[in-house]
Amino acid sequence: MLWLALFFCVPFLIVLKISFAQSVFGQVPPYTPLLETAENGATTLRLHAANYAALLADPLYVAAYLKSLLFAGVSTLCCLLLGYPIAYGIARAPRLWRLLLLVLVILPFWTSSLLRTYALIGLLRANGWLSQTLAGLGVLEPGQAVLHSNLAVYIGITYNYLPFMILPLAATLIRLDFTLLEAAADLGAKPWQAFRRVTLPLSFPGILAGSLLVFIPAVGEFVIPDVLGGPDALTIGRVLWTEFFTNRDWPLSAAIAVAMLLLIVLPTLLFEYIENRVDKGRRVAREAQS
Amino acid sequence: MMALGYAFLYLPIVSVIVYSFSGSDRATTWGGFSLQWYAALARNEQILEAAQRSLIIAAISATAAVALGTASGLALSRFGKFPGRGILSLMNSAPMVMPDVMLGLSSLLLFVGLQQLFGWPERGMTTITLAHITLTACYVTVVVRSRMTSMDASLEEAAMDLGAKPWRVFFVITLPLIAPALLAGWLLAFTLSLDDLVIASFASGPGSTTLPMLVYSKVKLGVTPEINALTTIIVVLVAIGVSVAGVLMHRRERKLARSES
Repeated sequence: MLWLALFFCVPFLIVLKISFAQSVFGQVPPYTPLLETAENGATTLRLHAANYAALLADPLYVAAYLKSLLFAGVSTLCCLLLGYPIAYGIARAPRLWRLLLLVLVILPFWTSSLLRTYALIGLLRANGWLSQTLAGLGVLEPGQAVLHSNLAVYIGITYNYLPFMILPLAATLIRLDFTLLEAAADLGAKPWQAFRRVTLPLSFPGILAGSLLVFIPAVGEFVIPDVLGGPDALTIGRVLWTEFFTNRDWPLSAAIAVAMLLLIVLPTLLFEYIENRVDKGRRVAREAQS
Repeated sequence: MMALGYAFLYLPIVSVIVYSFSGSDRATTWGGFSLQWYAALARNEQILEAAQRSLIIAAISATAAVALGTASGLALSRFGKFPGRGILSLMNSAPMVMPDVMLGLSSLLLFVGLQQLFGWPERGMTTITLAHITLTACYVTVVVRSRMTSMDASLEEAAMDLGAKPWRVFFVITLPLIAPALLAGWLLAFTLSLDDLVIASFASGPGSTTLPMLVYSKVKLGVTPEINALTTIIVVLVAIGVSVAGVLMHRRERKLARSES
């Protein structure tokens, strides 16, 4: 078993390693990056930092990076605001209802995200329901579409990732001991106070897990900004895609990927890992005490 | 508030389903009930071929992912502390949170490197399948692992005490007990693979366009009502699949609960 586990693990390790290696070593003019450059049979390692220099020098990449963070951040917040009441409702529902409501949340997740993004186009275009409603409210000018705007990207990401927020939230809220709330009420706390001082802190692990699940993939999201956003919705995922498929600059796109990994994914993974460790340590300490 | 949230989740899908029955040539104007887009879909060989390709890839990678995911899920939940456990665990959560573009790019670079070294694999369905296995096995691992940790290990220990060999214990005791998780994991892996656009685009070669890749190019060109029909079919199939799996799992749990009491 263990053997198999390692067997499955190794390819992924190589993938990770290569994603690092290629971009650091390779910068061969044709689009086939070489790991090591062979000259007269001798293998030499060539370190090229030019890709990274280009990343920093060109404001396009920095701007795309910030834009991605903005899109992901705002959408994560929207997911939280929209998802929390739903998760709370699920947790407080009777058992059978709870199951049904959970399945209803998961069901859209099982269908293709590309198709769901496509489904949004119908609502967001100029003659779609949402654009017309907003026009009726005077937010948009008549005939103007939400589609191809930043708002469309926010809606798209929120819509696509909402289940990822609801599920961990619901999981923590279900486990929450609701007698604590009753106790708070008995002690004279108003519902809002009880929520703020008891429910919210206790559901914090769920909030954190949900936010991470939404935020990280949203930063690298390609499909949603590409399909729903305007030309200025240039996210890091889109930049990588263009560099790779249109400009055929493999080393540069690899450098973008590594930068993305170093700046968001790695810190969060490490954070999660350390937190697990701390959790385990606490549990051990508690067991030792009792 | 809750109803609003659910409306938000379902409104787009429902509107696509409604418009898939529209008789109009435009995707968003209603032109009376008609099945013309379903007929057009059935005639579109490009879509059918891509769908077939996607289904094959999804079936193979889901099956392989279940095998691999079960192995590592088992290792993570049953073998206690072994060297590399932390790395394996970290490795497992990595592809799930990593943006698709990165996974796609890194697996492509691996395949290109391998091809230069060994002349294998040719880019196409094989590489897409391999990349999908890497991605989906992680999800299966999570499903299996959570099932294993919530399961009582004493049954396995009892079998072991009674003299069963490890392999026998696995096939006779463990496997039937985690079967629902395996089914759920398979379905999850299958839909993930069926859904994936980004990784497939990176890993594919000429002549191996998958369904999402085709849909994407069509969507980029403009909304085609055929896609409405396609979406409807997929949504209905998924809904059926999930409910069948749900009912099966529910029945099993009930049976188990009854046999235990």
